[in-house]
Parts: sequence; structure tokens; C-alpha cells
Amino acid sequence: MDDLLRFITCGSVDDGKSTLIGRLLYESKLLYADHLAALAADSKRVGTRGGELDFALLVDGLAAEREQGITIDVAYRFFATRARRFIAADTPGHERYTRNMVTGASTADAAVILLDARKGVLRQTRRHAHLASLLGIRHIALAVNKLDLVGYSREVFDSISAEFAEFATELDLDEVTCVPVSAADGVNVVGRGEQTPWYAGTTLLRWLESVDVGGTAADDPVRFLVQWVNRPDADFRGYSGRVLRGTLRTGDRVRVLPGDQLSTVVRIVTMGGDLAEAPTGSSVTAVLADEVDASRGDVLAAADDPPGVADAFQAHLVWLHEADLLPGRHYLAKVGARTTGFTADLPKYRVDVDSRGRAPAKVLRCNEIGVANVHFEAPVPYESYRVNRDLGSFVVIDRLTNATVGAGMIDFELRRSANVRRQHLTVDKRARAERNGHRPCVVWFTGLSGAGKSTIADLVEQTLHAEGRNTFLLDGDNVRHGLNRDLGFTDADRVENIRRVAEVAALMVDAGLIVLVSFISPFRGERALARDLVAEGEFCEVFVDTPLAVAEQRDPKGLYAKARRGELANFTGIDSPYEPPEHPDIRVDTTALTPEDAAHAVVAGLRGLGLC
Amino acid sequence: MTLDHLARLEADSIDIVREAVAESARPVLLYSIGKDSSVLLHLARKAFHPSRPPFPLLHVDTTWKFREMIEFRDKTVATLGLDLIVHRNPECVALGVNPFDHGSARHTDLWKTRGLRQALDEHRFDLAFGGARRDEEASRAKERVFSFRSAQHRWDPKNQRPELWRLYNARVAPGESIRVFPLSNWTELDVWRYVDRERIPVVPLYFAARRPVVDRDGMLIVVDDDRMPLRDGEEPTPELVRFRTLGCYPLTGAVRSTAADVPEIIEEMRTATTSERQGRAIDHDQHGSMERKKQEGYF
Repeated sequence: MDDLLRFITCGSVDDGKSTLIGRLLYESKLLYADHLAALAADSKRVGTRGGELDFALLVDGLAAEREQGITIDVAYRFFATRARRFIAADTPGHERYTRNMVTGASTADAAVILLDARKGVLRQTRRHAHLASLLGIRHIALAVNKLDLVGYSREVFDSISAEFAEFATELDLDEVTCVPVSAADGVNVVGRGEQTPWYAGTTLLRWLESVDVGGTAADDPVRFLVQWVNRPDADFRGYSGRVLRGTLRTGDRVRVLPGDQLSTVVRIVTMGGDLAEAPTGSSVTAVLADEVDASRGDVLAAADDPPGVADAFQAHLVWLHEADLLPGRHYLAKVGARTTGFTADLPKYRVDVDSRGRAPAKVLRCNEIGVANVHFEAPVPYESYRVNRDLGSFVVIDRLTNATVGAGMIDFELRRSANVRRQHLTVDKRARAERNGHRPCVVWFTGLSGAGKSTIADLVEQTLHAEGRNTFLLDGDNVRHGLNRDLGFTDADRVENIRRVAEVAALMVDAGLIVLVSFISPFRGERALARDLVAEGEFCEVFVDTPLAVAEQRDPKGLYAKARRGELANFTGIDSPYEPPEHPDIRVDTTALTPEDAAHAVVAGLRGLGLC
Repeated sequence: MTLDHLARLEADSIDIVREAVAESARPVLLYSIGKDSSVLLHLARKAFHPSRPPFPLLHVDTTWKFREMIEFRDKTVATLGLDLIVHRNPECVALGVNPFDHGSARHTDLWKTRGLRQALDEHRFDLAFGGARRDEEASRAKERVFSFRSAQHRWDPKNQRPELWRLYNARVAPGESIRVFPLSNWTELDVWRYVDRERIPVVPLYFAARRPVVDRDGMLIVVDDDRMPLRDGEEPTPELVRFRTLGCYPLTGAVRSTAADVPEIIEEMRTATTSERQGRAIDHDQHGSMERKKQEGYF
């Protein structure tokens, strides 16, 4: 059994989880005198226990937490008994701080879920158990707390235990243990209480000391993640990284993935000297026999039992940000030691934590859990999350803000991605460009409805056409009558609308055309996606800059008036945002220029960029 | 064969140090000369061996550190052949800021917090390692391993990036930065056991010796030089003391102790009844002071 246990505590507001951790520290004699003195003073000043020691104040260390009497973020506490060491992550209960709870749960192997005996199993309780099991925690102790407030009633405890145990059978758990406790009085936390003579089971601390959470076996197939190529001089080339699974040994035949080259481990280097073998969890530097092309993010794996390599998966996603997950939007994902482009398809379903049922969803909102097919820009070595947390997990990062917006767990690979290979074609973009006598590109017009995008784009196309260029104009309204007629105007549909148009534009660039795209395209993220789909220098963003008031005054289609009357929902500029380009390649101010002058300016700009 | 507790802590920290370097453009190690910095530096060397750590050390000096600290710093850097940047806030140098005339809070804010921000800006570092541990203080217990700072170096404790598994997100826009704490999950006892096992040199001030002490406001202050104004009746007397943490000498309380080597320190810790930061005047300036200082950019 592992001598270190990482566990989380979670529960609803006021269930007393911080109190419980404080009690564990206190009764394990792990609180220093100055901590206790500070606690006594704090308890008098801001405590909620009438001047008695308020243990919650030990862990709720942020000013806002003390003021509001709640837990906002994870607090990590360290303690040890004779039997074991512990890292306790005290996680917030409120749904609003789910992201902080999953932060704590992602590195934990056991969970203590608290509930208030007076309230019984709540939605939050189910939610916490569900999230814990989803994050791979297989051992849960349910602490039925505040039993002192129901007179240490056996009936109350039995009924709550039965209800929770029944719920838990449908989760992916190995073990559920229910313990009747009073954190405030210290009953069945560390020592047994006389108050519960009817209870013959374990105390909470005893459970923590004895729970066997397994762990990886030394003879599992080896996986070594390359973090850093170590080249101090021309004579040494090593791969610094971590043994994620199994044991790395000199003489091991390994595959370097995803490139799939074979080699042999000849040295395992550390500052303290070379090793013959490095067990799971070791951070070492491996030297290979052959000159292979391995880089950061690659995995060295047992040659006869390697992990899969794929770029499309079904995954569980937990959304962590106020801005929804939009299917088709281009994000980044960090997976292992690699960061790559990432998109999610329309969720297959959202997990309803109450009913454990599946609800349909077009987006994932903050704190929601869903299942979707996801796509990485490049193939990655992976194992399913159940088998290997390190190679089966990823975080989703917003390209513009760099915020960590989501977390994902790989269920399985989509066979499609392995079997559908890109066909190599002989007549390529360059050949077509030579035949046409000009380079292909995308000229992307963005701006509010009524800004004059289509009028200007039409004039630009006339000029280019007259000069013998091969052009095509993709117009927002026209495309919505055909290719995109199934899409509406929600944020999610707008993203998909632009994704399809960007893909079509990219195909037309391959075909050798100058593609004029006239779309409101309100989000920076999707315009960035469109730019990413073509080569460097093949994309020109034209900002048709018209203030909202001017566009609304023009209102050539009468749409603003309708939107103002509330007859048109999700109208850009009115009740749906427009994110103006920060650094457009060309900007035309339609309050100062006629459409003809604006078109001239665009053509001149394109010439300046060498695009026509 | 499995890793024991210290070996696992070491491997986790090395993993963190490597991720940080791989994901940043201009990393730096905040070197404060204490035992935690010594361990952090040792781990950084291990992480990249046989290469040298691919970043410089930065010491934000206040001119009020113990002389033995500065000697130890210079010897360490020379022995290991490392790059060291020493920054002293030029405004403080000009004004002669000190804890006696300006008070401990302003002294710390001007020399350390502002000094650090100046140095990070001047060298355009986008990532800085620090030796802080979560067991030190309640607001530190809440901090991520990779902790985001705005372009103004501010920490927003209510809006931290989620940090799942070992997938650290070090991406920043120009001007923003990340503070990385590889020792987050170490305790004070872990640090000393590791110092013992790896034979890591530390400043001799951690070991008990006879030092000239005055008892001021309940703290044992070792009078390190003649700049410290003595109050009426104060007479430095030699006492057998040592330090559990090191900072500016007028603000750091010694403890009476006979522990003269690392094993004796570890033995003393088993029976200790006070925490290490108890001797740090700056933590007690006002309630929630560490969180406030951290928000303003303190390490």
C-alpha cells in the first residue's frame, strides 16, 4: 500500500469540511502553538462558533473566504500519522467553484464527502460523488456530519447511508464507506465517540490510513514522457522527462511516439549517477542508442506494447470558464508535454448530475460536464483516462486569453481518424497558382451588419475580375440559404457557420482562387481559425469599420429596427457581441469613404501586401 | 522498486521545473539564500544535468540581510558557476530605507515587493521560480503551482487558473508572467530531511552558535552589524541561538536552540511547538498580510 494518500474533502456550504480538516490536524497534534494562538484570536474575531475554536479558519485562508464564511479555492494541507502521510485538498462545495473542486480532485486518489445529517443527500452531494468518480477517484468515504444535531440518531444515519450507497452503485467506484461523525465534537473523526455505541465501523482517520487505492504496477508497459531535449554539448543528447507508467530500464527496446521510431535505452542519467532502472514517477534523463528525432511531448514506450497514437477521440469534458464551449471553435489543448490545436464537435450529451441522465446540449456552460468527439491538430500518443491519467487527460486553453477553459478525459479513439488518411495529390496549390499566373488568397471582410461589406467586396471582385484574376465571393446571406441553412444565430451556430465558410474558403485557395469572404464573423477566435486554415501570407483581414449608430441608421434590410423591437434575437451589435479586429491587415472607415473609394483602398492594400 | 517519499517529492519538483523552462521564454530563479532556495537550486541543477540550469538567479537585496547570507550566496554562485543578478531598488538606496525609520511594512514593500517588480520588468522575465511552500501560511496553501500574475504583477486569488493533473498552463500575453513554486507540496520537515540526505549546503545561521542577541518586543534579534540603533537598556548578549527562517536581520527572530547540525535540527523539529514563520515580523504586520502582500507582487 502506498505510504502517501492524496485525498479531497468536499461538501456543501456549511457541511463543515474545513472544520473536519482542522479537527484532523488538531487531533493528530499537527498544529503549532502560534497557529493555535492565531486560531483562538481569529475564532473570537470572525469565528462562527461563539468564540470557541473555529477550525474552518485554519483552512479558509483568503480574506474573502473568512469574510463570507465559505471556501472559494482549494487549500492544500499536509499531515502524517504513524501509518501514512496525507495531502488533503480541501475543495469548495458551491457549484460556482466546481473548477476548483476538479483541480483538487484531479490529483487525488480518495474523497471524503461531507453532508449535514439534518439535510441528507443533496444535489451537491451527488454532484461531488459524480465529479470525483469522473476524475478517476475510486474510493469515497461519506462523512455524515453534524450527527450531534440530530441526537446521534442511528435511524438518520442508516437512512442517509442507504440512499447514498444506492446512488453510488451507478458510479464507477470500487468502495463507498459511510461514517457517522461530528466534526465539531470530534466524534469518529480520530477517536471513537461514546455517542455512537451502535456504530461498529471505522473512524474517518482509520479509513484514511487503511484505504488501498492501488496504483500502477512496476511491470506495466513503460511510458516515458519527454519534456526537454538535453544537449549540453555536441557529445551528449539525452531526453529529460518522466516515467509515467511501468519501469524504465537500460537495454529496453522503446518506440518513440508519435513518429514510431525504434531504439534502445543505453543510459539513464541523473546528477547522482547513472541508474539501471527508474521506477514509475521518476524524473530522469534517458539516452538512446540511435540518432532518433525525438522532441518535447514525444513518448518513449515499450516497443512490444506501445500506447495508441491518434488525433480524434471521444472524451468527457468539464467546462471551467464563463464563456461557453463552442463546438467547432479553435482552442489549444495541452496533452502530455505537447500543446496543439483543438476543436470539439457538438456535444453528444450533457451529463445531468441529478438524474445521472443524458441531456441534449449545443454548448457546454461553465461547470457543466459533457461527452463529445474532439479533434487534435496533430496525432498524440495516448491511453484512455481509466488506464493512465497522465496520457489520458488534457486541458483546453483559449487562444486569445490563454485562460484554462476546460478539462478533458479521453474515453477512446475514434477509429475514423486512424483509417482516414490524407490522400497525397500530385497537382497541388503551387501548380494551380502557376497556371493561373497569380497567388491564391482569402480576403476576409468583417464588420457589423449594414457596414457595407458585401457592397465593397462586390466592387473589389469586379476590379480583380477585370484584371484577369480568378476570384470567388462567398457572401454571408447567400451561404446561409444553402450550405448553412440548418444554422441559426446563437453563438454556437455562428461559430459553426464561420467554421464551414473558412473550410470552404481554404479549399478554394487550394483550387487557386482569390476568395472574397463577406461575413459579419463577430468573434476573433473564428477569424483566427480561418487564418490558421491557410498558409502564412494567404490571409488578409479587412475590417469594414462602421460605428453601430451609423450602421443602425443605414439599416438597409430593416434588421436593426426588428432587433430593437425584440423580433430578432441574437443580433450582432444589439444583443450579441461584435469583437472588432485588434490588428486588421486593412481597415476601411465607411463614414469617411464612399464604397468605391473603400474598394480602391482595399485593392491598393492587397497590392501592398503582394496578394494581387 | 518504488520511490520513497522524498524521492517522489524530488521527482515531482523536477517535473515542474522542466515544464516551466520548456513553456517560458525568459525564466529566472528567485534566490533568497535560505534553505528553501538552496533546495530549489539543487533541484534545478538535477532537472537539467548534465546541462546547467538554463536560467539566471535573481537576488532582490535589501542591504539588510545577514552578512553570512551574502557570503554564502557569493560562494554558492562561484562554486557552481551560475549567473547571478543582484537587484537593489535604487529608490530605496537613495532614500536609505530601513526597518527602523520606515517600519517593517514599508521596508518590505519598498525593498522587496517593488524591488522584485522592478527587476522582473527590467529583464522582461516571463516566469519566476520561488521556493514558497503551501504549509507556510494560509494564503500560500491556496496558491497554484503555476500562479498567474497580471502585467502589474498582481495575484487575483479569487480567479486563479484551474490547474488539473500535471498539465500546467504557463501561457501569458506580453508583460504578464507566471510564478512557479516547485516546493508547493513540501513541508519544513521534508526540506530538512532532503538537505540531510542530499548533503545540500545551507547558510550556517541555521545552526546553533553563540550570537549577540537583544530581546526586542518578544523577538530575539541578532545584532549583525552596528547599523542597528539600540534602545535604552539594550545590550547585545551572547546566546546560543539559531534561525528557522532567514530574512532581513532586524526583522527575523532567532530561537534558543542547541541544534548544531542538520540531524539535530530534524530532531528538534519533532518536538517543536511553533511554526517556522513565527519568527517573521513581516507576517504579523496586519491580518491577512501575506495575502495582501502577494496580491501586490511579493513572492
